[in-house]
Amino acid sequence: MMRLPTFRYRAPRTLAEASAWLAESPDDTMLVAGGTDVLPNMKRRQQVPGTLIALRSLGELSAIATGEAGASSGRHASLRSAAGGTVIGAGVTLATLVRDEHIRTTIPGLCQAAIQVATPHLRNMGTLGGNLCLDTRCTYYDQTYEWRKAIDFCLKKDGTICWVATSSPRCLAVSSTDTAPMLQALGARVRLVSAQGARELSVADLYQNDGMHYLARRRDEILADVTVPDQTGWRSTYWKLRRRGSFDFPVAAVAAAARLDAGGLVEEVRLVAGAVASRPLGAPKAEALLLGQSLTDERIAAAAHAVYDIAKPMDNTDFELVWRKRMITTLATCALREIRGDDMRAARQRLARQLV
Amino acid sequence: MSVIGKARRRVDGRAKVTGQTRFADDVALPRMAHCKLLRASVPHARIVRVDTSRAASQPGVYLVLTGDSFPVPYGVLPVSHDEHALCRDKVRFVGDPVAAVIARDEATAAEAVHLIDVEYEPLRTFAGPADSLAHSEPRIHDYGDGGNVHKAVSLQFGDVDAAIAGADHVFDDVFFFEGSTHLPIEQHAAVAVKDPDGKLVVWSSTQTPHYLHRALAKALQMPAAHIRVIATPNGGGFGGKSDPFNHEIVVASAALTLDRPVKICLTREEVFYCHRGRHPVLMRFRTGVNRDGRITGVDLQTLLDGGAYGSYGVASTFYTGALQTVTYEIPSYRFRGARVFTNKPPCGPKRGHGTPQGRFGQEVQLDKIAERLHLDPADLRLKILARPDSLTANYLRIRTIGLGECLRRVVASSGWSGKFRKLPHGRGVGLACSSYLSGAGLPINWNDLPHSGVQLKLDRSGGVTAFCGATEIGQGSDDVLVASIAEVLGVDPFDIRAVTGDTDLTPVDLGSYSSRVTLMMGNAAIEAATRARDLLAKAVARTLEVPVERVSFGERRVFDAEAPERGVTFQEAVCIAEAQFGTIGTTGSYTPPKSAAKFKGGGVGPSPTYSYTAAVVEVEVDPETGWIAVPSVWIAHDIGRSLNPTLVRGQVEGSVYMGLGEALMEEQAFRRLPPRLSQALVHKFPSMLEYKSPTFLEMPDVHTDLVESMDPAGPFGAKEVGQGPLLPIMPAVANAVYDAVGVRIDEVPITPEKIVKALQAKAAGKPPRVGPPAFPDDVPWPETLLVAPPWEGGDGRASNEPAKKSARKADAGVEATAGLRR
Amino acid sequence: MCGDVAAGGKARLTCTVNGEPVEVLVDGYKTLLEMLREDLQLTGTKHGCELGECGACAVLVDGEPVLSCLTLAVECDTRQVTTVEGLASGGALHPLQETFADLGAAQCGYCTPGILVTAKALLDRNSNPTRAEIKEALAGNLCRCTGYLQIVEAVEKASAMRGATTTGATGVSGATGAEELA
Repeated sequence: MMRLPTFRYRAPRTLAEASAWLAESPDDTMLVAGGTDVLPNMKRRQQVPGTLIALRSLGELSAIATGEAGASSGRHASLRSAAGGTVIGAGVTLATLVRDEHIRTTIPGLCQAAIQVATPHLRNMGTLGGNLCLDTRCTYYDQTYEWRKAIDFCLKKDGTICWVATSSPRCLAVSSTDTAPMLQALGARVRLVSAQGARELSVADLYQNDGMHYLARRRDEILADVTVPDQTGWRSTYWKLRRRGSFDFPVAAVAAAARLDAGGLVEEVRLVAGAVASRPLGAPKAEALLLGQSLTDERIAAAAHAVYDIAKPMDNTDFELVWRKRMITTLATCALREIRGDDMRAARQRLARQLV
Repeated sequence: MSVIGKARRRVDGRAKVTGQTRFADDVALPRMAHCKLLRASVPHARIVRVDTSRAASQPGVYLVLTGDSFPVPYGVLPVSHDEHALCRDKVRFVGDPVAAVIARDEATAAEAVHLIDVEYEPLRTFAGPADSLAHSEPRIHDYGDGGNVHKAVSLQFGDVDAAIAGADHVFDDVFFFEGSTHLPIEQHAAVAVKDPDGKLVVWSSTQTPHYLHRALAKALQMPAAHIRVIATPNGGGFGGKSDPFNHEIVVASAALTLDRPVKICLTREEVFYCHRGRHPVLMRFRTGVNRDGRITGVDLQTLLDGGAYGSYGVASTFYTGALQTVTYEIPSYRFRGARVFTNKPPCGPKRGHGTPQGRFGQEVQLDKIAERLHLDPADLRLKILARPDSLTANYLRIRTIGLGECLRRVVASSGWSGKFRKLPHGRGVGLACSSYLSGAGLPINWNDLPHSGVQLKLDRSGGVTAFCGATEIGQGSDDVLVASIAEVLGVDPFDIRAVTGDTDLTPVDLGSYSSRVTLMMGNAAIEAATRARDLLAKAVARTLEVPVERVSFGERRVFDAEAPERGVTFQEAVCIAEAQFGTIGTTGSYTPPKSAAKFKGGGVGPSPTYSYTAAVVEVEVDPETGWIAVPSVWIAHDIGRSLNPTLVRGQVEGSVYMGLGEALMEEQAFRRLPPRLSQALVHKFPSMLEYKSPTFLEMPDVHTDLVESMDPAGPFGAKEVGQGPLLPIMPAVANAVYDAVGVRIDEVPITPEKIVKALQAKAAGKPPRVGPPAFPDDVPWPETLLVAPPWEGGDGRASNEPAKKSARKADAGVEATAGLRR
Repeated sequence: MCGDVAAGGKARLTCTVNGEPVEVLVDGYKTLLEMLREDLQLTGTKHGCELGECGACAVLVDGEPVLSCLTLAVECDTRQVTTVEGLASGGALHPLQETFADLGAAQCGYCTPGILVTAKALLDRNSNPTRAEIKEALAGNLCRCTGYLQIVEAVEKASAMRGATTTGATGVSGATGAEELA
């Protein structure tokens, strides 16, 4: 049986306590919430923290608050004003998120992204914050110590070469979070809390295109919550590619959010590609092609091609990279057609094997 | 029949749904120590030095072992005793075990393993057959058929060159079948202990306790009578737990040294290193076919990537060419097969053992033949079916064949004629057939002993205990044992206790492999039960004062068939019999009929009877993306007779599942780092996440039909079902993809990337195909053994086989060539 | 609540396992899986990867299916844990156990405990799930033996049995359009 290394376990009672502990903790301290990312990494000795600070029991992180008072019952009242948007605590599990009626109806893209993460069990455990901070993945890195020793390790951990592209100066591990591309497309912001105070970042600014330093989060900061702006008038959708309808991380994904006017012209749009770089990739050229236009098949094809252009998949996930890149076009097309209002349920069922 | 043929709860069902089935890792004993293995981090190297001192001095470490403790090699086949429990002079793949730490707990052992220092002198890395054929030095092993060729064989039955030259059409196709692994959910585990008498007891998740028993005796140089192997129920086997394994021998040795229980449970990664899975096979089929579809001759070449050890590989090599002849009439046949060593985990027997690869090529080629000849693929197959009660060109004795009926049923149930070549672009159906052994006709260790034995103890309580060495791996062998006996004795299956897979308590059964258990154990059980029944009948006849022929058994009673109210309970019958004859115990055993094949290599392929399967698979292929989905499968299996339809259906559907995994996604893939920078050759992703196996969401609807051919060789007429139904799935998928989008994927797995590539080739006016380009011409084939087919007056012997030589080698040769000749 | 456990230390925790209060001193590095199997001798819960990639170790914590291999034992203080050993009650098997045994849903039986508790949570939440909902709920449990179909049928039958015993003659209803997708 694979076993965890030893570590000090600390469970703070409040977010303030957590940030205070984090500030004074040694550098090899890590945060754990659902544990579904950190614990496998620890068992494989990719991450060997001396201390784990557990966020699981912090009630402050597990609430969903909406701007419209009384829109949903039983919500946490103490959260900051959502200003018409929705504030989701980082500790909300993906299962809770998916079951939330308000999110299902007003932010369907986020629901689609969350419901396609991993498996039902892992969604019961894993949190939104955990999925956003998910370690970048690579088939040269997500291996045991013994396996990695057999390749003399890699740039991301204990080695000097990125085996994905041996001349690469940086780590090419893949951003494999499903919710981040969607939240970036939704224009969401995250709040990072530390002993020094709190700061807000757009989700787009949370990420860096570097497999090792993929988060702009400082090590003393805790991702506390995510604010999704008011979705009135917006449509959103998430299309994910993976081998199986369950378990698998994305090997390519496209998140789309748009606001159309009454005539169907695109007033605002954000397209983000997932799992084809070390961070979610915004696609400004594709967005520019769509602004002020109606979503005709030709426009969609042009925009999808522009998303294809920015995708940089490497040979470090399931499937061949050329085909993965090609599939970005398909995913972007499906996403934009769904935004247009096409009934994409059959296509989604075929590709994602989402049954319900 | 009151038990046989009824859909029933299996006798071990309750244990399995309450979590009480005791798997190997569930065995926990007082004072138990835990073992971890240090595995090689280099693919091919000489071991210069192993320093265990740092590990041995760790607190909580009880013992550190190296190859020095294991001088005697072992292996499952007598011709390939090429493994040591821990490597001695060299390592042959990343994952080869080098040292072992036994400590107070697993965490301590795991940490201490990293404190063992090993110095290696690297050797050339052999990543695939091309490397192994191109370089004969350094040799991965110092035995075999020269260089890094482990085994090369060449057999010819009739003048195949003339037959192909004289055919109206010649089809020449090259196919590749990628390796895959069993992926049982249970990881291998073993616990060893020195019992109070000083003897060794080993619990292990093994499919073959008898072979483990032999290997332990040899490797540890102990009398076999002082070793007890208990096969715990396996949490899935599929062939992956059929070899004796290094970790079993290591914990046995450690338990003897420490005189305390020692446990090992492998991690998932280590299970990938045990492997013994499907061989990657490159193959070339040259087939002569006349206008009417009749085959004139087949010339088959196969090249197997064997990995780093022998395992069952010699048998696997023969199996790639053995069963082509039992489905269709093939009047002349040549088979050449070669297995090479490479620096990867050893391949071995996975469900279908060596035959799915050749079956894939044969069934896809038949689809191409049917198209060229403008014949419906089902009609073509019906026209060329092998005949029942016949002897094939390679001397396999066919008994009953339900294949025609299987074909007719899947054609009807799938609506074949309304779908084939008629569905819209992007949807298609494909058809394929197969056959499999109902048990290997010859034993691995050549001898004249029974392959399966059953003992019965009848108790004054009316209870019956059945003892058999067969191993429950989920297939329901305990249920077959008990049901067969219950049927004969007229009691309920739950009245019988099964004691199985324990070399101290149970007579030998060779193990749960080659689909042999139902037929062989079933026949042995019937014999034992019939003998017990005869005793009871004789005793009760005297009590009832009726002729013994009138004594009948049923509903837990023994009674006068002509006056059923006159009788005694089963319990009373046992007591009456015990009073007359003394303690009631009987035995039964089963030995397969002699094989007709007398040539070297003819030991692989013979079976008491063969099962048959036909399948239709429907696919949906997106012509843009190549994305492939399987909505439905129709499958009909000639089961001979269905002993428990619930379990039979489970085996069929489980086979379809595993076949779809192999067809669409499963791949035992490796990474060779750039040779200018590294020697490394590693399993690409030894994890359950990245080794893709289908989930609930990928499983299609399966329409299962059972054909009962009532085979005289089988218990109550039964044949096998555990392996045969897997075989047609992969070629049926390939044929369906062709029907859907008009491209040939001549290899598995069939992935969206390959479909897109083939579609692009088609659009560019190139051959619409993805598959291997050619079969290598540098395979060093040995002299071909020439065997005249039965219809040319052959007697099953090769005309050019040096008979003297095999006689002279007899002493060493019993071991050296066993299992493969008779 | 175990607030602070030193590296290499042990934690004393109190939880409810299969309805019974349990107090256990457990190594801080151990997962719930290890605690159940090694410290409480509840070996019915299995493991196939210990990395969250197979579902064999699934148990219910506070009624929700989770993977015991990725749940720290120390985080189960004060919580309710249900394993396969806790499904039967009053000497009677749970309907799912009956139907799994009867319908061939357990072959080797190794993935079975994880699937049983996951299916139980499904039926507790949704007494009459569609075939599609059953497949979705069990999509995190790998099985290599059965091909899954007999498992789905066993869950359906258990659902019907429970419907029959708890609500009398109300029968089976509530199938949605998702059924056709399955």
